Amino acid sequence: MSGERGATEVLIEARQISHRFGAFQALADISVQFRAKHLCAIIGPNGAGKSTFFNILSGSIKPTSGSVVFQGIDVTGLAQHEYARLGIAKSFQITNVFKQLSAHENVRVAVQMRHARFDFLSPRKALQGVAERADLLLERVGLASVRDKTAGVLAHGQQRALEVAMALAADPQLLLMDEPTAGMSPEETTVMMDLIARLATERTVILVEHKMKLVMGICKTLIVLHHGQLLAQGSPEQIRANPEVRRVYLGQGA
Amino acid sequence: MDLVQARPGAAANVAFQWIARHRVGAVLVFLLVFPLLMPYEALAVNILIFGLYAVGFNLLFGYTGMLSFGHAAFLGVGSYLTGIAIVHAHLHWLLAIAIGVVSSALVGVLIGHLAIRTRGIYFSMVTLALGQIVYYAFYKAERWTGGENGLRGVIVPSFDLFGVHVDFTNPISKYYVIFAFVTVALWFVSRILASPFGAVIEAIRENELRAAACGYDVAQAKLLVFVLSAGICGLAGALRALHLSVVPIDSLHYLQSGQAVIMCLLGGMGTFFGPFVGAAVFLYLEDVVTTLTRHWMAVVGVVFMVFVLFFPRGIWGSLLAQWQRSLELRA
Repeated sequence: MSGERGATEVLIEARQISHRFGAFQALADISVQFRAKHLCAIIGPNGAGKSTFFNILSGSIKPTSGSVVFQGIDVTGLAQHEYARLGIAKSFQITNVFKQLSAHENVRVAVQMRHARFDFLSPRKALQGVAERADLLLERVGLASVRDKTAGVLAHGQQRALEVAMALAADPQLLLMDEPTAGMSPEETTVMMDLIARLATERTVILVEHKMKLVMGICKTLIVLHHGQLLAQGSPEQIRANPEVRRVYLGQGA
Repeated sequence: MDLVQARPGAAANVAFQWIARHRVGAVLVFLLVFPLLMPYEALAVNILIFGLYAVGFNLLFGYTGMLSFGHAAFLGVGSYLTGIAIVHAHLHWLLAIAIGVVSSALVGVLIGHLAIRTRGIYFSMVTLALGQIVYYAFYKAERWTGGENGLRGVIVPSFDLFGVHVDFTNPISKYYVIFAFVTVALWFVSRILASPFGAVIEAIRENELRAAACGYDVAQAKLLVFVLSAGICGLAGALRALHLSVVPIDSLHYLQSGQAVIMCLLGGMGTFFGPFVGAAVFLYLEDVVTTLTRHWMAVVGVVFMVFVLFFPRGIWGSLLAQWQRSLELRA
């Protein structure tokens, strides 16, 4: 875990990632480094391999070949819960919350992970600071007013915000978000993008986003995938000026 | 709670709140007077035992969302090992109960280890198949288990406890001895549900993917809850062996596994009291209807279907929901 500390430190790295679904080559030889405390977006048209790449980075699927290195540790093929314990959190493309539990309990369970997992005899109320931290996180994502509501009855945007609160519970160094504004109203989208920009001041955030306009304003780095290949990588200005990107992506009027 | 402004239903409300806060205490108060309400004590003892069995099953089904069709294995192993310890090894009955519970938990480790790799209907089928293997193993081991005839002679001699002479052949004394064990077991389950681990299993029931993404080892948690559930059902089995003084081979039959499912759904899965209520209604119906017709299962079947179709939360679950709704209306 050693290495120079600072803005240039690499937090997570994809090394020659390739992935096949049967005969279909979803990703071909992708190598990317993501720097610490950076906000980065993976963009590309439909079917570019964004979600596959996201699922490999977040440990949901194991790549056919290549490796994922987090803080110098090869994490390829580790179980999902081990990713979370190392400090890699994620929010899913499809909202994944504990629907029948209250908003507070959703976040409280997530916070509890660092304190107790298999303790089945002591009362959970005795855990120090867990409930308080859950309340703090709810406030942070703007859900303090719906604390006691069942998660399943919350509005779509609120459920997504709840997911973010849960992802933040273990204070991760890396937050991966798969289309965080999917299905949101324009107002909800603005609120979410503001939240993401604020989160990225303390940790690395990697977004997968279909709508390029959304991420141009706030991301430092963009990675463009096309047909499973790494097409371009750079600052928003560089990407906007890249003729290849303009041809496959911007030309569609996205 | 402002009792001065009593409204209609306020008394019921107070009662519900007390029950919600002191769930173990409430069961105990009820069970203490329960044998006096039943037509005869043996039925009350049965309800106690199967109530505990259903509570143990509910830990897995209602709280973790895993539908096992093989829980008879744990009821049966608890019964048989307790019986074998008494009949063949001539051990003290308390030690025999401990052996029954531990054996059942160990079988739980084995079956759980194999079954938790699967989900949904596959989990149900794997537990069913493994439960049947246990059935045949005990059926064939005639020398130890009595095979088809069951294991006979599981007798507990009368004993003195804190200066009180307890005769196990007296149904009321037997009820209160078994009651003492069920008390401890219910307290234990209540502890589990209020613990950090209790929160984890509910999270797994709600969303396995998210629970894993939160950093919980879902497979390990499932195995632990499976073993805890097996142990509790094993205790129910152990007590049943003492109650009946024989261990019938049908303790291991898959119909017995099905009964746990029916009791849970009838009473309300995922609620603390539901399984007990379900067990009571089921066994009471069985008792009353068998005096009228041989086809008591048909009647129970109709009642069961009515509940699944119109009251999917079960008897206790529906009452709870009703109470919550009335609270929200007032707020």
